[in-house]
Amino acid sequence: MEKFLHLRSRAVPLPIENVDTDQIIPARFLKATNRDGFGNNLFRDWRYHKDGSENKEFVLNNNQFEGEVLIAGHNFGCGSSREHAAWALSDYGFKVIVSSFFADIFKGNALNNGVLPIQVSDKFLKTLIETVNDKPETTIEVNLKDQYIAVEGLNLKESFDIDTYKKTCLINGYDDIDFLVSKKTKIEAFEKHLLTNPR
Amino acid sequence: MGKTLFDKVWDAHVVHRIDNGPQILYIDKHLIHEVTSPQAFKELEQRQIPVFRPEQIVATADHNTPTQNQHLPVKDKLSRKQLEQLSENCKKNNIQLYQLGHKYNGIVHVMAPELGITQPGMSIVCGDSHTSTHGAFGTIAFGIGTSQVAQVFASQCLLLTKPKSMRITVNGTLKKGVLPKDVILFIISKIGTNAGTGYFCEYAGEVFENMSMEGRMTVCNMSIEMGARGGMIAPDETTFEYVKGRKFAPMGEEWEAKLKYWKSLPTDSDAKFDKEYSFDASDIEPMITFGTNPGMGIKINGSIPEHKDASFEKALKYMNFEKGNQLVNTTINYVFIGSCTNSRIEDFRVAANFVKGKHKAKNVTAWLVPGSKQVEKQIEDEGLKTIFTEAGFELRQPGCSACLAMNDDKIPSGEYCVSTSNRNFEGRQGQGSRTLLASPLVAAATAVEGKIVDITQYLN
Ligand code: SF4
Repeated sequence: MEKFLHLRSRAVPLPIENVDTDQIIPARFLKATNRDGFGNNLFRDWRYHKDGSENKEFVLNNNQFEGEVLIAGHNFGCGSSREHAAWALSDYGFKVIVSSFFADIFKGNALNNGVLPIQVSDKFLKTLIETVNDKPETTIEVNLKDQYIAVEGLNLKESFDIDTYKKTCLINGYDDIDFLVSKKTKIEAFEKHLLTNPR
Repeated sequence: MGKTLFDKVWDAHVVHRIDNGPQILYIDKHLIHEVTSPQAFKELEQRQIPVFRPEQIVATADHNTPTQNQHLPVKDKLSRKQLEQLSENCKKNNIQLYQLGHKYNGIVHVMAPELGITQPGMSIVCGDSHTSTHGAFGTIAFGIGTSQVAQVFASQCLLLTKPKSMRITVNGTLKKGVLPKDVILFIISKIGTNAGTGYFCEYAGEVFENMSMEGRMTVCNMSIEMGARGGMIAPDETTFEYVKGRKFAPMGEEWEAKLKYWKSLPTDSDAKFDKEYSFDASDIEPMITFGTNPGMGIKINGSIPEHKDASFEKALKYMNFEKGNQLVNTTINYVFIGSCTNSRIEDFRVAANFVKGKHKAKNVTAWLVPGSKQVEKQIEDEGLKTIFTEAGFELRQPGCSACLAMNDDKIPSGEYCVSTSNRNFEGRQGQGSRTLLASPLVAAATAVEGKIVDITQYLN
């Protein structure tokens, strides 16, 4: 996994609530057996019309907006557990998703793929969306070490929470497999204990 | 202080606690299918890590599989490749696979309970959010992403922060025509699609105590639709009766030992939950959804509420419905009875019972898709197939089918489908399709009438 420390980037606003993973990547694109290339179909049915032409009204097709930060509405990533959603966002180039609320499984999937979900207050989210909509060239600063997100040049800053373990993983580019495999002796001892204490 | 059912099962699986961090949770059973496993197998191969406990993994093919002519090679090239990849991966790693056509094949959340793989007090995971279904047995069961599938392959464990616990109590007696699906649609419509986020939810009270295992599975299945990681119902005689004698159920002395343990699992009377809700059974009516998330449900003869917010309006626009309108009398051309929510024998019995002696409306295409080969066989053995065929319904072969439309079973763009599945997201049943979630009874009635009817009036 790539290391994540610090980010300065413009942002793309998508102020829709309850964006489910079926919208992030529709089921018909889940037939691949590898992890690459999902970015092309990110938000497929919002991004393109049925005849394959671009939907000019969708924000990813609006060339005013760009960047590695996606600013999304409440309850982002609900629905299906498909990690393909995190792969699609990452493959498209997003490194940070900001929302006032994330669905559980999506949050875990994002973190496992080096994409940082940042939960902010409703108020901060609203201001952020307004600011970026007004001035698309706004730069967002994300500092993982000190756990804050800020808008450059404005007095707009909020700190965010992250599990200490996950933070260490992101900063160092480790993942859970390395950690779990290193605990094999403990796991085997637990299994032995189960054999003698049946549940 | 007493412990909850969830605490008891969770704590019995903790291998290790990291200070200020997650816990290592041991996984008893790992269920896999063709869509969310290939990248995990690849990951392990690249890192040269062997599968740690292959005998604790069970695989099935369900998401991609066709529901017609299952004896022929799968036509869709990409689907076929994914299915072949699953077979190859299972063979290489000594994993039991119930592939397409096998007498135990079926939707992962239907076939595992049916075989007695799912048992009370276990921890079960699968790369599929509706793994919550298995919680009906008093099991900690939840969906995981593909990276976590790889973690379980590598270590039979997961790194997790313990979720908080909530309880939903429903006491009283359900009215005529109100099915388990209505109960869960009602709950989600009341508390919303993210009320459960961060929680494991226990369902308690008379309504769940009196429910069959099939009904309990329907309820726990949709826990994820209110954001909860999983749902649970305390194991009781109904549970034990269901598990007993199934293929992988414990036997003899082992059964007795397990039974003793299972009986110790229900929540202690002095246990505390982080959050509680309670409802009265008599307030629950047959339900239907009108929008694009499962929380957008109303009673079948109710009106669409008049909320003012952009996401709500976007959903209505997609569905082509108006605020304040009723859904009764809306013409429906597609009906789907299937998916891991409602494709067990009881669901088909309910539908057959209604359909018997009637015929589907001319305008309707009605697909019945059993959850497993065993359910398919039961449908035939009990004579339900004849009822359905005579009524003009199309009984297909088992699989996820139109629940997520990864195979050919797609609802055309712009069409409404009354569906017994669990998600009404935009395009879930095919690009541009419009899904209305309901019980198998409401679905059967819709198929017969060709439009939405007020089932409460119909039954009286
Ligand atoms: S039936 Fe639908 S919800 Fe259930 S496992 Fe299959 S695709 Fe998922």
